[in-house]
Amino acid sequence: MISCLGISKKYVSVEALKDITFEVPQGEIFGVIGPDGAGKTTLFRILTTLMLADSGTATVNGLDVVKDYREIRNHVGYMPGRFSLYRDLTVEENLNFFAKVFHTTVKENYDLVKDIYVQLEPFRKRRADALSGGMKQKLALSCALIHKPAALFLDEPTTGVDPVSRKEFWGMLQNLKRQGITILVSTPYMDEAALCDRMALIRNGSFLAIDTPEGITAQFSKPLWAVRSNRMSKLLADLRAGDGVESCFAFGDRHHVTLKREEPGRLREYLANQGHQDVEIDRIQPGIEDCFIRLTMP
Amino acid sequence: MLRFLIEKEFKQIIRHPFIPKLIFVFPCMVMLVFPWAATFEIRDVNLSIVDSDRSTYSTRLAQKIVSSGYFRLTDVSSTYPEALQSIENHISDLVLTIGQGFERDLVREGSAKLMIAANSVNGTKSGMGSSYLSAIIRDFADDLRSEQGQMQGAEAVPVIHIAPQYRFNPHLDYKVYMAPALMVILLTLLCGFLPALSIVSEKEAGTIEQMNVTPVSKFRFILAKLIPCWLIGFVALSLSFGLAALIYHLFPAGSLLTIYCFASIFVLVVSGFGLVVSNYSATMQQAMFVMMFFLILFILMSGLFTPVRSMPAWAQTITAINPLRYFIEMMRMVYLKGSALADMGFQMIALAVFAVFFNLWAVFSYKKTN
Repeated sequence: MISCLGISKKYVSVEALKDITFEVPQGEIFGVIGPDGAGKTTLFRILTTLMLADSGTATVNGLDVVKDYREIRNHVGYMPGRFSLYRDLTVEENLNFFAKVFHTTVKENYDLVKDIYVQLEPFRKRRADALSGGMKQKLALSCALIHKPAALFLDEPTTGVDPVSRKEFWGMLQNLKRQGITILVSTPYMDEAALCDRMALIRNGSFLAIDTPEGITAQFSKPLWAVRSNRMSKLLADLRAGDGVESCFAFGDRHHVTLKREEPGRLREYLANQGHQDVEIDRIQPGIEDCFIRLTMP
Repeated sequence: MLRFLIEKEFKQIIRHPFIPKLIFVFPCMVMLVFPWAATFEIRDVNLSIVDSDRSTYSTRLAQKIVSSGYFRLTDVSSTYPEALQSIENHISDLVLTIGQGFERDLVREGSAKLMIAANSVNGTKSGMGSSYLSAIIRDFADDLRSEQGQMQGAEAVPVIHIAPQYRFNPHLDYKVYMAPALMVILLTLLCGFLPALSIVSEKEAGTIEQMNVTPVSKFRFILAKLIPCWLIGFVALSLSFGLAALIYHLFPAGSLLTIYCFASIFVLVVSGFGLVVSNYSATMQQAMFVMMFFLILFILMSGLFTPVRSMPAWAQTITAINPLRYFIEMMRMVYLKGSALADMGFQMIALAVFAVFFNLWAVFSYKKTN
């Protein structure tokens, strides 16, 4: 389990983390969701004992990240945001090396990495830098797991990985969770957030909300409307200028809109007056991203 | 655990496209090429003679100069301006002007004047060339004097013959002088640069991040970087001992053990220095640049090319904080003079102080950056 109490960290002029408090029970997948530069990596570095917080305390598996940093390193697996295994060693050598560094052998914990490693098996003599992005992530995960850590820290593990591999990767995380491993994972992708047990939305170093994905979306109090017409770019400007509109954001092929008063009929009228045709206005269920945007609205 | 780390380092070194070659090519370059190139011995100085006298004596002098082997007669001009022209056209480096009445003055008055003009664009060549030339002319004057003495019989003119004896390097062979010092440069590059760059490259690749969350301690991690580089350094050093013996028939007058003993302290100094640089550098580029800066400074102020004692006082003070200086001194002392450990207590202590200083600094600064 992981717990954080009032963690703050300031770089020279930027406050990277402001009073972060949360707790992750054993065997949970906890997502830290937020844009680049929100402070995700700083939080991970503090929890993996790579960096000291300015204030606050944190424990991993009951061990203090400052006092017991040596002991913690035996019990956590960390996968940094960018690929950081030895590129000039082969797949097999990397795995063996990290096993030995943790005083264990690949054989001893093979059952834990088996599902992942079987996919790498055909390439085991290949040098790590010659692997594809998805394969690299799998190897990195294997290396982070080989010493059977109690907690796993994955910093943006799916950034730059194709959608199929991403899906596969999250499947693996579900398997690991079943084995009782606590997983802290960060991602800038909102669609992955729904796969976490609980999650925190982070922005500018502060947690905006901590809840289950359902809980987060339930916090979205207003009805949400998806609007489209034949002239999408003009539509965005018109919606934002419309006096009945509270907020409007572009979401792929539709614009997500909340209204001051729930009168979609008036909105349709207004858009028709602005010269839009084929106007569609549908009520939709808000997603994590809608919540995130709403929470960060001034 | 250290074993696995070292095993990993060796795998990485062997797979590196360049470093394994470097380990062999570098000592060969340093021992086969540099001693010939890094020499102050001047040969084939291009000489232009203006002989306005055209007498027996002037011809004899010219022949004596050419037969010395140090000079190549490029042209014999009839006037001085013509000879200057040949300097300007890079044909000759020195002009010897023998004025009209050279022989007559010598015979009648017992003295005559010559002029040497040198092209000082290449300072070493002109300086050494004109001093060689002066020495030959002095020799020529001695010859004449003793001839006269024999002719005049009893009234012998006193002649002083100087026979310099070059101790420890009888033939004043520059290669003998340079080779031991070049071994120092070799060791500096291999044991100073390699570990520093290898640590910075782990920083650059992000692998150090991964290593930092393992139970491997910083000390072990760094030690695992240093040990392979030390081994490589000693292999290269031994290789260059072999090459020096094979090619220059240069065997240390002292004991090889003394050299290895000093080398092991020196290796600690340079690798400690490399670690300090690597601690303050985020990228290879930064590390390379800083290392190059200090290396050039260290080499120029080490007495490798120019003797420390002939530097101005302030520069001599600076050389006191140059570890290369002490090791080069020691190498030459052991190789040429056969000094033993007991003769070099000062150098030994100086190097030990550097070793402690740099390594403490390295440990201290490593903690601060984390």
